[in-house]
Amino acid sequence: MTLLSVVFYVLAAVLVGSSAMVISVRNPVKAALFLVLCFFSAACIWITLEAEFLAITLVLVYVGAVMVLFLFVVMMLDIDIVQMREGFTRYLPVGAVIAGIMMVEIALVVLSGRFELDNVARPAGQPADYSNTRELGLLLYTDYVLAFEVAGLILLVAIVAAIALTLRRRPETLYQKPSMQVQVKKSDRLRVVDVPSGTRQGDVE
Amino acid sequence: MIPLSHYLVLSAVLFALSVVGVFLNRKNLVIILMAIELLLLAVNINFVAFSHYLGDPAGQVFVFFILTVAAAEAAIGLAILILLFRNRHSINVQDLDQLKG
Amino acid sequence: METIYILIPLLCLAASIVAGVTGHLIGKVWTHRVTIAAVGLALILSLLVAVDVFRGNVFQGSVYTWAISGGVSFEIGFLIDRLTVVMMSVVAFVSLMVHIYTVGYMHDDPGYTRFFSYISLFTFAMLMLVMANNFLQLFFGWEAVGLVSYLLIGFWHERESAIAANMKAFLVNRVGDLGFILGIAAVLYLFGSLDYATVFTGAQNYNGDPVIGPLGFKWEWMTVICLLLFVGAMGKSAQVPLHVWLPDSMEGPTPISALIHAATMVTAGIFMVARMSPLFELTTTALSVVLVIGAVTALLMALVGLVQNDIKRVVAYSTLSQLGYMTVALGVSAYSVSIFHLATHAFFKALLFLAAGSVIIALHHEQDMRRMGGLRRSMPVTYITAVIGSLALAGIPPFAGFFSKDAIIEAVHLSNIPGSGFAYIAVLSGVVITAFYSFRLIFMVFHGKPRFSDQTSSHLHESPRSVTIPLILLAIPSLAAGMLMVESALSGALFGNSIEYPSAAEGAVQYTALGMVLHGFFTPPLWLAVTGIALAWLFYIRYPLLPGLISSRLTLIYRVLLRKYGFDELYQMVFANGGRSFGNWLWGFIDIKLIDGLAVNGTANVVGWISGIARRLQSGYVYHYAFAMIIGLVLLMSWKLWA
Repeated sequence: MTLLSVVFYVLAAVLVGSSAMVISVRNPVKAALFLVLCFFSAACIWITLEAEFLAITLVLVYVGAVMVLFLFVVMMLDIDIVQMREGFTRYLPVGAVIAGIMMVEIALVVLSGRFELDNVARPAGQPADYSNTRELGLLLYTDYVLAFEVAGLILLVAIVAAIALTLRRRPETLYQKPSMQVQVKKSDRLRVVDVPSGTRQGDVE
Repeated sequence: MIPLSHYLVLSAVLFALSVVGVFLNRKNLVIILMAIELLLLAVNINFVAFSHYLGDPAGQVFVFFILTVAAAEAAIGLAILILLFRNRHSINVQDLDQLKG
Repeated sequence: METIYILIPLLCLAASIVAGVTGHLIGKVWTHRVTIAAVGLALILSLLVAVDVFRGNVFQGSVYTWAISGGVSFEIGFLIDRLTVVMMSVVAFVSLMVHIYTVGYMHDDPGYTRFFSYISLFTFAMLMLVMANNFLQLFFGWEAVGLVSYLLIGFWHERESAIAANMKAFLVNRVGDLGFILGIAAVLYLFGSLDYATVFTGAQNYNGDPVIGPLGFKWEWMTVICLLLFVGAMGKSAQVPLHVWLPDSMEGPTPISALIHAATMVTAGIFMVARMSPLFELTTTALSVVLVIGAVTALLMALVGLVQNDIKRVVAYSTLSQLGYMTVALGVSAYSVSIFHLATHAFFKALLFLAAGSVIIALHHEQDMRRMGGLRRSMPVTYITAVIGSLALAGIPPFAGFFSKDAIIEAVHLSNIPGSGFAYIAVLSGVVITAFYSFRLIFMVFHGKPRFSDQTSSHLHESPRSVTIPLILLAIPSLAAGMLMVESALSGALFGNSIEYPSAAEGAVQYTALGMVLHGFFTPPLWLAVTGIALAWLFYIRYPLLPGLISSRLTLIYRVLLRKYGFDELYQMVFANGGRSFGNWLWGFIDIKLIDGLAVNGTANVVGWISGIARRLQSGYVYHYAFAMIIGLVLLMSWKLWA
């Protein structure tokens, strides 16, 4: 058993354990933190698979941004945790059975040898000067450039959507509108009234 | 050496666990969203493992895109969640039956 | 000659159209002039054709092909042989008489032109029927005369009873027509042709499988066809049990009763069976049925005639009875005798009806014989002609009826097919009864003391000439037709080979007119007829209280006869009420419950019910949908894994 194997199995154990905690802990803040652990161990596993760029991205983007977003939301919302746990045990057997069947089936497929997976040898490690980032960059900006653009567009749309959804107008709050103040004219403020003159007392009927 | 199938089984376990998570947490929309993130992670592990064992970086490109879309999805999902909470003061999934036929 | 053949029916059709469409423009006088001229011309042409045919020129062929469909051609064609020309002459003659009679009878009726249009149309239809050379045209004529009959029974359509009677006639005839058209369909199915000649040849050589009827009985095809055709004849010729419409048809004007419901249309069934004689000769079973039905009709209807008091109904029941005689003759294969009786009967029965009509108009539409009597002095012509008609009906030589009826009785006597013994007794008893009721009529109407009001008797007079002339003209053949035709009719020479003349009957009754009269004195029928007349005299002249006494003693029989054996009540109960309750059941159960309830609303309910279940799938809970997705995924994986 090489060191790599030991590292893998340890990381795998941490991953499975923490993901089990994610779905079972009572407090959503803790769940988010365990999710961070999940992502982190997954990133480590990816490094053993020589996908350094993605591993870093996972940590930076997911742990650094998405998970923080989750925590933000969880903490922002005033959630009744006790109520959240209702029915937890009631649905456990069904979920477990379904998940068990799924896992067994996947394992049967994977371990059946039908795809001759064990014949796929683990490739030798890349040389020291190999850059995974460069490799991905070459692919991404040549073959997958259109898909990349689309991905960028999706992110843009997501940003717009998220803002549009959560943007809250408060009509009761008073704002100053400087542009309006600057543009103001005399006619907006002043009214000249032409008063009829020369009427004497007694003319009024 | 670690055979490819171990990575796949790991991914399967993760996948199944997150499915259970979707089931168990009927009341809490946030945890369901987290479980979905886990589901995607399981798939990504598969991609990366295949990419490495088959020596094709295209798999990693896919993971990249999946991450992108998953991030967008998380953002919008959380936005919806906030909107929901703002309007109904609850993220209990069982209260959300407006689609009922 | 062909032009003449076409011209004969078309003249009548044209006259009918002229009278019907332009009748109100050209007026009453021109209407009857046109129609009488057309029918008269048709009679002259018919007689010309008859002379030509008796010289040996038989015509058989189609003049117009209407359609060819699936190898079967529907044609309009004529078969002009001796049977046809006899029928044509009788029809045209009686029709002409009735046309002339109508001028006097219907003089003040508002429907004068309509009436002429109808009877000309009838003449056209009847001529088409007898001249047909194929089943389709036969059926056309058959239905057309039925239609005109319907129209004319309901001629006075303001009367409730007339409408009921024409509806009844129409419905009862539908029953017969159903059998008839099924018979025609069977003929077409079996022989692939509607042409008489083809069918008759085919039938001679036919030796196919029998039909398996219900309950596993085997029926010869010929029997089936003949029985079905005879059902049609039963409807049209008013044989028991489809006779119920004919007495009620007396609601129509009297000339119609004479023309359609005595002389011509009701004999269409007899004519049809005689025309189909090559088919009927092939099946003894059908002949037996024909015989028994005829005998039952002849006897039962004569008995009902005894107790009727309406003058027209007495004559109507005698018509039914005489139609029974003709049917009996058909049953014993004496087709030529049957047609012979048909011809003589047409004359004397038309005569009797017209005489009855003459009495009715003289008494201002009084039809009850109990309010008549002693008319012989004031209406001598009507009296004498009516006596001639009654003598002919009763079968007293040398009047026409004697020869034809005696020939029928003789033929039944000689026959030995199943049922002939019963038929012989029936027709012999019929003779007494016929003689009795026909002279009961004469005695009640023309003899004894007048039983009507003095006001009526003050302007009682003989009918106008347009009424008496047809009476006289019809009295002549009633007197003489029998003598002239008997010899050739009995030997089969009259009809040549146009109808089947079975060898069994040959040589049986071979008499000259004189020989037959002499022979008659040594056979029961003549003496039975005389007995009947004597009894009538005894009952209604000598001891007028006797009938009342007898009817009060034999109340049961009297009431059964008065009720006409309860046929009407039975049909009313079984078919009318049964049909209504069946219809109600169909409406209440089949329509409301099954179709509306189960099929229409049921479909909607089931859809609603299923939707109600399917609706619950759409719970609106996201995790339910997620669960469904996952289940689907698991199933898909399992399928891929193990399938």
